[in-house]
Amino acid sequence: MKFNSVMKSGLAALMSLSLVACGGSSASTSTGGSATGTAAFKLGGTGPTTGDAAIYGQAVENGAKLAVEAVNAAGKVALEFNFQDDQADGEKASTAYNTLIDWGMQVSIGATTSGAGQALSPLFVQDDIFAITPSGSSTAVIYQNTETNTDPYGNVFQMCFTDPNQGVASADYISANKDLGTKVAIIYRNDDNYSSGVTDKFKEEAEKANLDVVYTGGFANGTTDFSVYVTAAKDAGADVVFLPIYYQPASQILAEANKQGYTPTFFGCDGMDGILTMEGFDTTLAEGLYMLTPFAADATDDATVDFVTKYKDAYGETPNQFAADAYDAVMAIAQALEKAGVSATDAQADITAALKTQFTSMTFDGLTGTNVTWNENGEVSKAPKAIVIQGGAYVSAE
Amino acid sequence: MKLLKSLFNQHTRSRTVTFALVIAAYFAVTALKASGNMTRMVSSLLVPVCCYIVAAIGLNLNVGFSGELNLGQAGFMSVGGFTAAIVNGLTLSVIPNDIIRLILCIIAGAIMAGFVGWLISIPVLKLEGDYLAIVTLAFGQIIMSLINNLYVGVDSAGIHFAFMTNTLSLQEGGKMIVSGPMGVTGNTMISSFTAGFVLILISLFIVFNLMYSKEGRAIQACRDNKIAAETVGIKVSSTKTLAFVLSSALGGAAGALYMMNYSSVAATKFDFNTSILILVYVVLGGLGNMTGTVIATTVLVMLPEMLRFLSSYRMLVYAIVLIVMMIITNNEKVLSATESFRRKMKKKGA
Amino acid sequence: MAFLSYLIGGLGLGSVYAIIALGYSMVYGIAKMLNFAHGDVIMVGAFMAYFAISKYHLPILVGVALAVVVCTVLGVVIERLAYKPLRHASSLSVLITAIGVSYFLQNSAMLLWGTDTKIFPTVLSGSLNIGSLSVPYLTLITILTCIVIMVVLTLFINRTKTGRAMRACSEDKGAAALMGINVNRIISITFAIGSGLAAIASVLLVATYPSVYPTLGSMPGIKAFTAAVFGGIGSIPGAFLGGLVLGVVENLSRAYISTQLSDAIVFLVLIVVLLIKPTGLLGKKVNVKV
Repeated sequence: MKFNSVMKSGLAALMSLSLVACGGSSASTSTGGSATGTAAFKLGGTGPTTGDAAIYGQAVENGAKLAVEAVNAAGKVALEFNFQDDQADGEKASTAYNTLIDWGMQVSIGATTSGAGQALSPLFVQDDIFAITPSGSSTAVIYQNTETNTDPYGNVFQMCFTDPNQGVASADYISANKDLGTKVAIIYRNDDNYSSGVTDKFKEEAEKANLDVVYTGGFANGTTDFSVYVTAAKDAGADVVFLPIYYQPASQILAEANKQGYTPTFFGCDGMDGILTMEGFDTTLAEGLYMLTPFAADATDDATVDFVTKYKDAYGETPNQFAADAYDAVMAIAQALEKAGVSATDAQADITAALKTQFTSMTFDGLTGTNVTWNENGEVSKAPKAIVIQGGAYVSAE
Repeated sequence: MKLLKSLFNQHTRSRTVTFALVIAAYFAVTALKASGNMTRMVSSLLVPVCCYIVAAIGLNLNVGFSGELNLGQAGFMSVGGFTAAIVNGLTLSVIPNDIIRLILCIIAGAIMAGFVGWLISIPVLKLEGDYLAIVTLAFGQIIMSLINNLYVGVDSAGIHFAFMTNTLSLQEGGKMIVSGPMGVTGNTMISSFTAGFVLILISLFIVFNLMYSKEGRAIQACRDNKIAAETVGIKVSSTKTLAFVLSSALGGAAGALYMMNYSSVAATKFDFNTSILILVYVVLGGLGNMTGTVIATTVLVMLPEMLRFLSSYRMLVYAIVLIVMMIITNNEKVLSATESFRRKMKKKGA
Repeated sequence: MAFLSYLIGGLGLGSVYAIIALGYSMVYGIAKMLNFAHGDVIMVGAFMAYFAISKYHLPILVGVALAVVVCTVLGVVIERLAYKPLRHASSLSVLITAIGVSYFLQNSAMLLWGTDTKIFPTVLSGSLNIGSLSVPYLTLITILTCIVIMVVLTLFINRTKTGRAMRACSEDKGAAALMGINVNRIISITFAIGSGLAAIASVLLVATYPSVYPTLGSMPGIKAFTAAVFGGIGSIPGAFLGGLVLGVVENLSRAYISTQLSDAIVFLVLIVVLLIKPTGLLGKKVNVKV
């Protein structure tokens, strides 16, 4: 009897907690619909909306939803959107992908993370579905052979730069601007595809550009103590610290450097965007931080301001580059669909072929770049912008 | 004597039931698939379910049967999986037949994982209880760390290995098989549900044969009372080593099958969480209960996918289901109810 | 000098591990269960302190107090709802339930507080300079707190009535009950103390490494579990020593051997130690009665 009452109260507590949780966030997977009465294209996508990497998946989902609403409101192309959780895991991504196939997906924004994306690429080929990933930046997402970057999948495209490109561009930028410093320390996450991918190419390019890499430190996921890395970089006499990592660990490294009174030039890649809008972050720590990123939420051009305002209204937070890339990916798909003049009732092979033709021939203007083009391998070409943080805001470093 | 006989009958019965269940499930699924009534989502789950079942059967041999808490089964899956990927990369051009290559990969994965299991068993089996558990956890983490820094490539000159940094400079036409944190990329996917089904049958066959053999009874004797077993002259270490090696080999075979089902798998997939996940299947299925393991694994792998409609709440609901299931299955009232039900059934049967 | 500063950094990290490990070890000693949800209690504590200090601008000590109260209550509630019904079940069933609780806490936090990392405000900066060696005050406070907690806890266990009752329960629950000890109450108290300690550890953790996010507790949880076993699970000085050694080994191997393999090295040291001392550094050798 006593046991029963405990059980009941326990269940009640669990249920009330769940109800409280319900108030916290909105849960919907499928938005949009036919705006003009014509059949809507079924647009799918996967990303982690639960688990460690949930922040990225949620940003992509939110950004893409905004774009779908904008496309449907414009009325030229109708989209129906379905986003599934893949927990940033290849196995879960594959199930999520098949859930979308059951739903009738015709075109996709791929997977949010590279690890999951690598597992999905052959499936897109197998089912002949066109995909453009907003943020799966590994070369393995678009190429089958990652040693030579050959043998492309063909119908998987990227909205973001590939990791090697970011590494090369960063090394070139640092070597071209000697006033930043000449002795480079790298602190990167060694069990992460993105971070180690950028690092490898950065080192290669740094050698060519006569940059002196004095220290390389890799940390694993879940590392809390960065003092060793910062001390070592300091002791090695580095005056530039390259951080090809996401902004969360980067914020800790900046704090640690501040604690140790170490003031080199910090240099990040696109993963660094979002550092200024972290809740509770002391933005003075990021003063003078350089980064190469295609998107900055503080930019003052109309498109960015409009997007950021809408995003804040809808989700109550500042969009990061994942959201912006997702927005662009959907917009690019819509532009290609419109130009190709295909309809949602056409055969799958025709839709995919038309999209491929469009993407390799069109230029696209979006939040993350203007005059964006793609080659037939699916690699994007857009100019990375160097940005420096001054007075707590992003300023063009050009 | 009579008691012994009935005990034996009970064993054979449970063995027959397990095999019948697995075979019936296989034909039901195949029929459903052939008739086109199976969604793509469910059919994409078939191979992973088989993998986890094999890994869980192996782990149950360890945890349920020998009574050793192993928190590193994912490490053995990792060893098996990455071995399989390398073997596949090497033999791709030599053996065009997918089925033969898959068999080769699984055997290689199982042997390699069994070998690593044997190496690890030397220190592990010197310990007991939670100390043994933490050492298996430690080995799982070490394996993950090492594979995360491993680079393997193949070109016309043969196979090349590198550690920590990618120093391989492959010749023209060369191909990376394992690229450090990126894991295996561009793997050819050759696993199939039938292969998974056959692997389950083989694992069940091996496990049952061990359980009901002289060695198996020796292992059980060690688990239930080590000192008593030692006094009657049972060699504790060799039998336990056998169970540990078999368990890791099955883990390796499962990992190989898993790897061959995806084009890309990273080392971090086989982390502590995956080990724990498999342990959950084993405990929920019942220690030493192979039928239970098969059912629990299937249900628990499917469950989060079936909860997709809950969107971001699904993992929360999954957690609640897990807790409630544990509490209910251990509730004395429920236990006595199932016990009396079982007795009634027995009476009817007799 | 660099070596000394790495060593002190390691001691600071180790102190945090040690406080978490104390909670692990106490719960294990009394309830004979591995409480894998312990790391997630830390996460809840960190969020509480974050909200108190950053959102409501309360003084740091109020934040600590809030975290301690919430975690203590949470620990007792978890024990009552999830573990108590399993008092007579196998330890593995309890382990799985603990994992369920861990998933539950993580996912609830994600839904309630979002997945984005929040930065814990700087509560104490500056450092003590001895010659060229500079030791952050925070590290000193962390180490001191850890020592104080260890001493108080040892006194509590050895000198008070409740402490003696706890030891009795850990030796033999049945006999303890026969001697008139309320075993359920003792287990609740143990969970309360363990979770309260987790709250203190959480504040020290996020004050030093200022990121607050829903999966924050899992890695320190695993490390603290390792530390508890390392020192001899169930032993309070053992958990303390295990935590410190783990922190120092982790920091030094990162500094001098390899950053990429530091986790592997930590676990390798653990294995070697357990091979030499199979019940941990200070664990009791249990004599099995025939």
